Amino acid sequence: MRIMAILRKELRQLSRDRLTGGMIVGMPLLQLILFGYAINTDVRDLRTGVVDMSGTQLSRQVTADLAVSQVMDLVMQAETPEQLTAALRRGEISLGVFLPRDFDRRVIQRDRPAGQILVDGTDPTITSVANQLRQFPIRFDSQARPGGSAGPAASFEVRTYFNPERRSAVNVVPGLLGTILTMTMVMFTAVAIVREKERGNMELLITTPISRGELMVGKILPYILIGLVQVALILAVARWVFQVPFVGSLLDIYLAAMLFILANLTLGLMISTFVGTQFQAMQLAFFVFLPSILLSGFMFPFDGMPRLAQWIAEILPLTHFLRLVRGVMLRGAELSELGPDLLALAVFAAVTLTLAILRFSKRLD
Amino acid sequence: MTATAVIQARGLTRQFGQLTAVDRLDLDVPPGQIYGFLGPNGSGKSTTIRMLCGLLTPTRGDAQVLGFDVIREPEQVKRRIGYMTQRFSLYGDLNPVENLQFMAEVQALPGSERRRRVDQLLERFHLADLRTQRAGTMSGGQRQRLALAAATLHQPSLLFLDEPTSAVDPKSRRDFWEFLFQLTETGTTILVSTHYMDEAERCHRLAIIERGVKVADGPPADLAAGIPYAVVEVMTGQGADARSLLQSRREIASVTQLGLRFRVLVDRSVTQPVELVRQVLAGEGVSGEVSLSAASLEDVFVAVTQKEQAGS
Repeated sequence: MRIMAILRKELRQLSRDRLTGGMIVGMPLLQLILFGYAINTDVRDLRTGVVDMSGTQLSRQVTADLAVSQVMDLVMQAETPEQLTAALRRGEISLGVFLPRDFDRRVIQRDRPAGQILVDGTDPTITSVANQLRQFPIRFDSQARPGGSAGPAASFEVRTYFNPERRSAVNVVPGLLGTILTMTMVMFTAVAIVREKERGNMELLITTPISRGELMVGKILPYILIGLVQVALILAVARWVFQVPFVGSLLDIYLAAMLFILANLTLGLMISTFVGTQFQAMQLAFFVFLPSILLSGFMFPFDGMPRLAQWIAEILPLTHFLRLVRGVMLRGAELSELGPDLLALAVFAAVTLTLAILRFSKRLD
Repeated sequence: MTATAVIQARGLTRQFGQLTAVDRLDLDVPPGQIYGFLGPNGSGKSTTIRMLCGLLTPTRGDAQVLGFDVIREPEQVKRRIGYMTQRFSLYGDLNPVENLQFMAEVQALPGSERRRRVDQLLERFHLADLRTQRAGTMSGGQRQRLALAAATLHQPSLLFLDEPTSAVDPKSRRDFWEFLFQLTETGTTILVSTHYMDEAERCHRLAIIERGVKVADGPPADLAAGIPYAVVEVMTGQGADARSLLQSRREIASVTQLGLRFRVLVDRSVTQPVELVRQVLAGEGVSGEVSLSAASLEDVFVAVTQKEQAGS
């Protein structure tokens, strides 16, 4: 039976390819367990800042109630509303709670919203949660009802920052920029070294005086340029087709993108030093790609994920780039305010490039 | 001779797991000559060349190439040699000019010299008409000339050529060897591996490698004169009978058929080898012409590998 002959040959070849064999078992198990735990569509533990201008017993009570709610994680006590919006712009908090000086009176009289919830509108899931907070129960209400008026319960006013019209394109397109770059850039360099090995070019190349560093850096540089061309294309479509606003400086966006491109290229290069064939390189590239999409905050909010998933996400370049591009492009933050994420990308690129150079050998054994 | 040897190896050994690809190889290659590595596929020729180029680390033994230790100073070796890999290793999607320009830059030729040198090589290796043709679409012979041009770009004094003519027609092979002799005239030493006898015959000096072991070493003529057999040629129409008769004799080491002819290796201890063969054949009624012949390199190869097999 000729079909059986092919079948046996395929299985035999698969069993000789150790990396692929490992991927067959390891990939689904690892990814399933990781994402099964990490992905949680309930939004919780959103980093929140509070400004309490009234400082009464009631306002302190409400602040305490907010703090123990699952949705919020109180990380900041600000003095002024300006501090709150600044923290929001830098991406330090996703929500801000503002309790005005006459908070008690507003709760009792219920003529105006008792306080404000400020929302970072760059992440759509956060926006939808904030809307539910509009009716956050203020305990004072249920205990005593002075005046006995039967109007609506005291409520919060929700103000969405950075995307007031709540258009999903505004949220999604900057994230897509990072996702698309991850997909293309890692692949470019992941196959760069193995391709020359497979085609036989490498044996000649490593018999020349070229140094490992020269070879590796030379492999990266052209793709930085290609990456920047892609960025320009995506930004043009974002601007003219999807009408995504560019609040921050365009130069900052390009600088962040360049660092991100570099980090992806060096990651690909490192992958290339671990694999024997282009096929294996592509498998490993996908192995990186999936967690990038699912854990970086592109699909699900970062804050709600368990610690372990957050740690993994902190390693991934896309996580940091998402913070950078949403910060600069939508919230108008300056790069100097986003130092940690820039640093993370730079360190990632430096480490993976060094590993790639160290792992690459100018020998055949 | 060892004082001026361009390549000097002592006890060079390389194992891949259980397999010993190269086994205690001693080698002295004098300057300015073509030194041949003759042996069948898998005999360890490529592995030896790769060790001498600083690409593979020997399991045991050591080697000096152009005065540098291949284990401790591989980069010094790489800087000074030219290497033509067995498989075409330039870029198939680039044309000859682009390929040579690239290699010139990698070899760090001064910018002013690059273009001149590339033009010179294209002319010299008859590639000037193919300037814009991609290497992937060129013929085997053209690709091989391009690879040789690339290997000689930086004018190395030592060239390693690993089966350079294995994918090339006879005419191109002849032309290729003309290029090699031209290179030796300017003082270049060439180590070339081959499994073609006619090519081996053209080397100044030859090492025959069999299953990782060097079984003979010397100028081709000396090797032919030195075998411990007399070569007797038999012309007969009764091939199958003649073969089995001759092979049954202990004094006869091997019988090789070439069409109607047989080349028979008779042990030197036999004083009248032609008579012996005649008697063996006549005794069983096989008729044929029997005459003494000079040993060819093919006979040498059969003789030394025969001895190796008998010994193992």
